Amino acid sequence: MAKAKKLSEFRVERDEEKCIKCQVCVRMCANDVHTYDPETDTVRADSFKCVGCHFCEDLCPTAAITIEYNPTQTKENAHWKRESIYDIVKQARTGGILLTGMGNDQAYKNYFDHLVLNASQVTNPSIDPLREPMELRIHLGRKPDKIDCRLQMTEEGRKKYQIRTRIPPQLELEVPILFTAMSFGSISLNACKSLAKAACKFGTYWNTGEGGLHRDLYPYAHRAIVQVASGRFGVNEEYLERAAAIEIKIGQGAKPGIGGHLPGEKVSEEISHTRMIPIGTDALSPAPHHDIYSIEDLKQLIFALKEATRYTKPVGVKIAAVHNVAPIASGIVRAGADFVAIDGIRGGTGAAPTIIRNNVGIPIELAIAAVDQRLREEGIRNQVSLIAAGGFRSSADVTKGIALGADAVYIGTAALIALGCHVCQKCYTGKCNWGIATQDPYLTKRLNPEIGAEHAGNLLRAWSLEIKEMMGGMGINVIDSLRGNREQLRALGLNEVELRLLGLKHAGEAW
Amino acid sequence: MRYKDTEDLKIKSTKTAKIEAKDLSYKTLNEKIREALKNGCKKIVLDNVCGQRYIGDGLRGNDVQILIKGVPGNNLAAFMDGPKIIVQENAQDGIGNTMNAGEIVVHGHAGDIAGHSMRGGRIFIKGDVGYRAGIHMKAYKNLFPVIIAGGTCGDFLGEYMAGGLLVVLGITHNCTNPTSCSPEIVGDFVGTGMHGGMILIRGRLDTRKLGREVRIAPPSDEDISILTAHLKDFCKYFHLDRERILETSFIKLYPYTHRPYGKVYAY
Ligand code: SF4
Ligand code: SF4
Repeated sequence: MAKAKKLSEFRVERDEEKCIKCQVCVRMCANDVHTYDPETDTVRADSFKCVGCHFCEDLCPTAAITIEYNPTQTKENAHWKRESIYDIVKQARTGGILLTGMGNDQAYKNYFDHLVLNASQVTNPSIDPLREPMELRIHLGRKPDKIDCRLQMTEEGRKKYQIRTRIPPQLELEVPILFTAMSFGSISLNACKSLAKAACKFGTYWNTGEGGLHRDLYPYAHRAIVQVASGRFGVNEEYLERAAAIEIKIGQGAKPGIGGHLPGEKVSEEISHTRMIPIGTDALSPAPHHDIYSIEDLKQLIFALKEATRYTKPVGVKIAAVHNVAPIASGIVRAGADFVAIDGIRGGTGAAPTIIRNNVGIPIELAIAAVDQRLREEGIRNQVSLIAAGGFRSSADVTKGIALGADAVYIGTAALIALGCHVCQKCYTGKCNWGIATQDPYLTKRLNPEIGAEHAGNLLRAWSLEIKEMMGGMGINVIDSLRGNREQLRALGLNEVELRLLGLKHAGEAW
Repeated sequence: MRYKDTEDLKIKSTKTAKIEAKDLSYKTLNEKIREALKNGCKKIVLDNVCGQRYIGDGLRGNDVQILIKGVPGNNLAAFMDGPKIIVQENAQDGIGNTMNAGEIVVHGHAGDIAGHSMRGGRIFIKGDVGYRAGIHMKAYKNLFPVIIAGGTCGDFLGEYMAGGLLVVLGITHNCTNPTSCSPEIVGDFVGTGMHGGMILIRGRLDTRKLGREVRIAPPSDEDISILTAHLKDFCKYFHLDRERILETSFIKLYPYTHRPYGKVYAY
């Protein structure tokens, strides 16, 4: 039998004329691609090991390195693509489940790319966001059905409104974008810190994931949404107490329906400390919460958490977008959740079986529309805030998501790209050259949390400016007025079923 | 045994609160409990509890004791961190859910998922316990969770167990002769996914009931001394004879690896 040919996805090209043999690449690549041969005084590359993270390319002082996609090595075949062939080779050798990182990379229809936004012309004026007030602030949480507001006279004879209705706890966000759940463990502490800092500075929230809250992150805990997942790692009274809000994690877009698994070798001393498990043991998150087999059970956990925190903070539920997402979301609202986070099929992950990531779940665009529609029809949309997640790449995606019906958007991959990630999808190997998806101190120190926070903050700023521009164009000056405002969207090239599901008109149709 | 009044708690405390739980919603009842604690009460007696959920939920304080007369509802002592709760009758599902420290003493039976993801503290159940007792229990540093059930348990005992000690005695299960009991102490799939900690079963065990991830061994002297220490308190609460319990030998179940699923992935 022939030797198994490894997949060489990339080609590392070095311009010998430019290379000054400084060997930065040799020292820096965690995948040991580059080696220096002192005899011939040359730097060589083993392209087979390259994962295409572009770190060396970025560092090379003379720009001598180019990482290229390796042209296909198998005979062109529209059905038996290169990936299929090499995946089978790998599985034939190992007998194991293939792993991957990041979000779904398959060429499924991307609905965001088939949606266009509206703008005002003549019949209503557009607004200039640079000179006129423009509000992106939102409040996440359960809103009362009606508000009892009384007009009172103060002693000095001035009018004062007093709200008598007890408003359930809310999260106040200056921008409708939050950093999604990424645990310390799946990403480095420096990456967590970068996002946590940026969230605090910008007036939004970050999410601990199911990895517990590291003590270095305590200063940012007042802006943390803490997760309670099936493994209950790191969950204790103090964790709940410090948080701004609690999110029960039922599912994740990259791996709906399956549990998580942080391998023992990644459970270092620090990780063991925050997850509260012994060093070196596998951190197994069971597929379901075994105290939740029904909506009624979910209600119990929601209220167990509300009781434990004395009804002072919002308790939400995160689910993956699956076929039945709308009725499930309705059940979650009725179970008492203050917010529902829905993660679409393109949602990222630190590690997931490739087969699950690529094949399970539905796109977030359809899920937002379905859930928003259903909750409106049932008259309970006000009882919950909807956070959409799963592949938001730009402020346009965020704006479209909100117009489809989301209150806010979780970003994960986009935030990591701001920190340096090049979406090589090798997060599960723990060898992230950018110091993000790794716990190796040699690699993590490459990410400076100050600079990381600045970059993540810049991204939030840039997107908010753009959102304001788009809103201004539509003549809308409060983001709340955009939520579920589907008249502001038109579809391009979608069929009747898709239009019905998204609740949209086709481009060309007037109001 | 019945606790007649607050004196039965046998603790020295300056302030005691007695709360009549009849017809109270869980929300009101739990508010009253927190109120009493805020006022410095260390002992609380709840009368006529009837299914109210979340009692003791998230409470802290090693010196706090709650006596429950009646049957508390689900998720008793969830996220609890320190207090001791005595239940005179049966308890329902989810007692000690994600509990960090403290003690729950149940004089009757307990429902499903007792001690779900419990990290520390002890749960003593005089009678039987339902399905998935001790699921995903884990130990950490000086935190070491212990569950002892005097009767039998349902299926999936110690599922995903990652640490701590689970003991099933099988003595109080409708059986008048504790020394020769009992054919069905545990349900099926014992220790499925177990990757840490120890389960001790008193008497015989049908190996067909075991999950794939567990192995059997006789307990070591050290295991027995850990067991004996906890049994001492267990027997004190329920007036049982420890020596007699220990006359019958125990079977130890332990995970064959703390990495049961290490080899299913292709890197
Ligand atoms: S640093 Fe990244 S891009 Fe460069 S050789 Fe190593 S793996 Fe390839
Ligand atoms: S986080 Fe690191 S390993 Fe993961 S995709 Fe980004 S660059 Fe690659």
